Amino acid sequence: MASIAISLDKCTGCSLCVKACPFGAIHMANKKAVIDMAKCTLCGACVTACKFMAIELKKDSAPKKDLSGYKDVWVFCEQKKGVIQSISFELLGEGRKLADKLGVKLCAVILGSGIESKAAELSERGADKIYLVDHPALKSYQDDPYTEVIVNLAEEYKPEIILCGATTIGRSLISRVAIRINAGLTADCTGLDIDPTERLLLQTRPAFGGNIMATIITPNHRPQMATVRHKVMQEAAVDKSRKAELIIKRYPEEVFKSRTKLLEIVEEISETVNLSEADIIVAGGRGLGGKEGFEMIGKLAKVLGGAVGATRGAVDADWIPYSHQVGQTGKTVCPKLYIACGVSGQIQHLIGMQSSKVIVAINKDPEAPIFKVATYGIVGDIFDIVPALTKEFTRSLKK
Amino acid sequence: MDYLLTEQQVMMRDLARQIADEKIKPVAAHYDETEEFAWPIMKIIADSDLFGVYIPEQYGGLGGGVMDMCLITEEFSRACGGIALGYAGTGLGTFPILLYGSDEQKQRFLPDIAKGKRLAAFCITEAGAGSDAGSIKTTAVKDGDHYILNGTKQWITNAGEAEVYTVIAITDKTKGSRGASAFIVEKGAKGMEFGKKEKKMGIRASATREVIFTDCRVPAANLISKEGMGFIVAMKTLDNSRPGVAAQAVGIAQGALDHAVEYARTRVQFGAPISSFQAIQHMLADMGTQVEAARALAYATARMVDSGAKSISKESAMSKLFASDVAMKVANDAVQIFGGYGYMRDYPVEKYLRDAKITQIYEGTNQIQRNVIAGHMIKESLKK
Amino acid sequence: MAIIPQQHMNIIVCIKQVPNTTDVRIDPATNTLIRDGVESVINPFDTYAIEEAARLKERCGGKVTAITMGPPQAENALKEAISLGCDEGILVSDRKFAGSDTWATSYTLAAAIRKIADFDVILCGKQASDGDTAQVGPGISAHLNIPQVTYVKKIVEISAGAAKVERMTEEGYDIVETPLPCLFTVVKEINTPRLPSFKGMMRAKYAKLLKWTADDIEADPAALGLDGSPTRVVKIFTPEARKGGEILSGATDDVSKELVELLKDLVI
Repeated sequence: MASIAISLDKCTGCSLCVKACPFGAIHMANKKAVIDMAKCTLCGACVTACKFMAIELKKDSAPKKDLSGYKDVWVFCEQKKGVIQSISFELLGEGRKLADKLGVKLCAVILGSGIESKAAELSERGADKIYLVDHPALKSYQDDPYTEVIVNLAEEYKPEIILCGATTIGRSLISRVAIRINAGLTADCTGLDIDPTERLLLQTRPAFGGNIMATIITPNHRPQMATVRHKVMQEAAVDKSRKAELIIKRYPEEVFKSRTKLLEIVEEISETVNLSEADIIVAGGRGLGGKEGFEMIGKLAKVLGGAVGATRGAVDADWIPYSHQVGQTGKTVCPKLYIACGVSGQIQHLIGMQSSKVIVAINKDPEAPIFKVATYGIVGDIFDIVPALTKEFTRSLKK
Repeated sequence: MDYLLTEQQVMMRDLARQIADEKIKPVAAHYDETEEFAWPIMKIIADSDLFGVYIPEQYGGLGGGVMDMCLITEEFSRACGGIALGYAGTGLGTFPILLYGSDEQKQRFLPDIAKGKRLAAFCITEAGAGSDAGSIKTTAVKDGDHYILNGTKQWITNAGEAEVYTVIAITDKTKGSRGASAFIVEKGAKGMEFGKKEKKMGIRASATREVIFTDCRVPAANLISKEGMGFIVAMKTLDNSRPGVAAQAVGIAQGALDHAVEYARTRVQFGAPISSFQAIQHMLADMGTQVEAARALAYATARMVDSGAKSISKESAMSKLFASDVAMKVANDAVQIFGGYGYMRDYPVEKYLRDAKITQIYEGTNQIQRNVIAGHMIKESLKK
Repeated sequence: MAIIPQQHMNIIVCIKQVPNTTDVRIDPATNTLIRDGVESVINPFDTYAIEEAARLKERCGGKVTAITMGPPQAENALKEAISLGCDEGILVSDRKFAGSDTWATSYTLAAAIRKIADFDVILCGKQASDGDTAQVGPGISAHLNIPQVTYVKKIVEISAGAAKVERMTEEGYDIVETPLPCLFTVVKEINTPRLPSFKGMMRAKYAKLLKWTADDIEADPAALGLDGSPTRVVKIFTPEARKGGEILSGATDDVSKELVELLKDLVI
């Protein structure tokens, strides 16, 4: 069993470990560090922090497995209604880098019905090999057949890495697969890299709502699985000259059985751009003072071809529906440009948008916290500035 | 300050506080503006079981007393004195049944009130009978196994929204103070109508209407206690509910005080927060001390009522008198501390002043309270 | 909404006690987490699962059992769940669980649920606000080999042996039919959680919680805790705090022109 212990003769009571522990599991008693085992998660942050090597973390008692039989980087390519989702191209882009570092093949995995023609698209995006399974039961996502097929493929072809989009489909599917094939899975990775000596996938992801980052490995299990959120990685470039090896797999009927039944797919199309997908978002907060303020926001968003976002304060005041809410209890967005108008920048809102590439803040209060994270800030009256910006952008974009 | 609450009372108070902070506070200004009755909040309070806090367990309540009710009323009032009245007014309307009702009547009415399914209202005041409650003109004439009620009650809290009304009416004009009786009338009874909603200075979220009885037939089974007990039922009801008014006043005062302290800390003038000026500090000190004193008196009185003490009128009147005067003073000072902002409707504190005023008037004006107190003091002195 | 009244539906809610995220801040001077007096709360997403379980019980009749894997203080989360409508609580706690990743956690909870044996519905919140992985729910259903529907925003119909639900997607929602027992992970859109009732709080105060150890749930030691976790955390660090950029100043027309010029590459 894994264990952790403080070597009391080495401990000087400097309490660096107390500060380093993300779980508050260490406190000082009689000038020595004491670990509360109820809170300790054996993450090892204290071991690294201790300058006197007074903390020993005993890990793996299991023998190291022979993992040499696992090769290649796989990307699960999500399709909806026969259209390959752009997250797949982002994963292929990232997967290519990982495969090159490992010196192995990049393989795309695609499931659907009547999708053979889609293989070409995956070739163009850099796949060396494509595993394609075509069956009516796979037309739309269902947990059972998709899980069964992926499990069968993985057990037969033994990939060392599987990447999947952190979408509603991806997360449901890949969690089940990971249990079935006894693999390690890390969700919502914002960074992926390879440790070449151990052929390990280094998976970096946020925790505590993004307040800390953790790097995770799967040392003793294969495949190493990770999901990645939309718009975090770069899409693979299109190279029409590429040709991948296409492997069409067939399975006996029982593999495609489903306990759940998909009765209907309902699309709720809104006239405005989907907030989670948007590259440009113009958001309004309590500074707007009322519903009418959002008309002004909407005009600017329209000119920029962007979506309209809102803070919880604005939604709670009934100025705009909840579907536009960005933040801890709303949506998390990652656009290229986020223009925050009359938004003070409370932490609960920032959690939802702080990974935007460029943040512009317009607020009449120079002390507003939003200015601490904004790339560009304007201290002024939004009712002057926003219409002026709308006019200026309209002029500039017409050119 | 440690108010020596039991564990259960702490739980109740904390739950009431959670409801006040999370549910009532965010909508207080809205309901004050629209003067709508806050049914969604009533539902939340009902789901929390707090409507039944002073109702015995055998009737579906929590088996607590006036003290528990005061704790809850105070918390709600801190967020909004008007919305709190939906809760406290129901208590007032329920006391006649609780104190003098028969077991059958209690079985019939208390469980739904405890569940918050039905609100209650107490009807005694008339256009010509405010402080002079003895001169009410509403009559109840026996007719077989019914009484026929005729008359108009005025300024009734929860009227139109409540479903259970306890009404004081004259059954025998010749018997003077023994000539009134108490009845339970249910909403929907033929001959019972409500006047328009009154437009008030404060507690605007509370529904105040006339209740008009025109040949309204009430079953004799709804007579509380006996004919002639009306004024005794009324007086005892008010004795029991006055600590609740005191609690409402304490809550309003505390709410205003909290706003004032926070404002004083953040408002900077002459290069310093105004909380650093002695003038403001002295005002805050006086306000804080008075609120604690009012609270202490209200709690002591509530506990006294719960202990079953026979004579509670004097203390009850004292708690209501003192707390309501404190609420007016504290709210007034809070507006003063806010300065110009205190006068603006966009800021929360002027509402507290508007809400506080009624506590000096209803459930017996403070002048009547003084009469009651002095009367008892003189009587006690005579006995010595 | 069609409901066939049920004699008795056994509902399990999986909850997790997490630190109150908004309290977790970085100290810019030392680059470490400030955790003084950080409150532990029920994972916010789980409150929606608890509420849905309470509503299912009101609709169909039955019993709601809250279960959590955690340290001894997770008892408070179970008591809170009882005050919010659950009938009983089970704490699965053992030193051997320390260091569990989502694989080991879902294995452990699945083993405990197997011991409960009789269940029609398992409800989980979409994800936990500390780990944010959303993996444990599906992991439990995989270990138990029962069907799952994730991102449930409405339970439309439910009866003995089957349910019809709406599953939220990026474009709208799917209508899915599933046999029971089934595991659902629910999203915020499904309901508005109630406040505790006083009677609920009293029940919670006097509730006797069941406490199970690794032996009680007959778990395979190799599948528990750090040793049973395929993934390992090798580093924890604070992300580079986003720094403020420049403040543009001047007349409205001038700053607007300046900003548009700065952003023109982004908005093409």
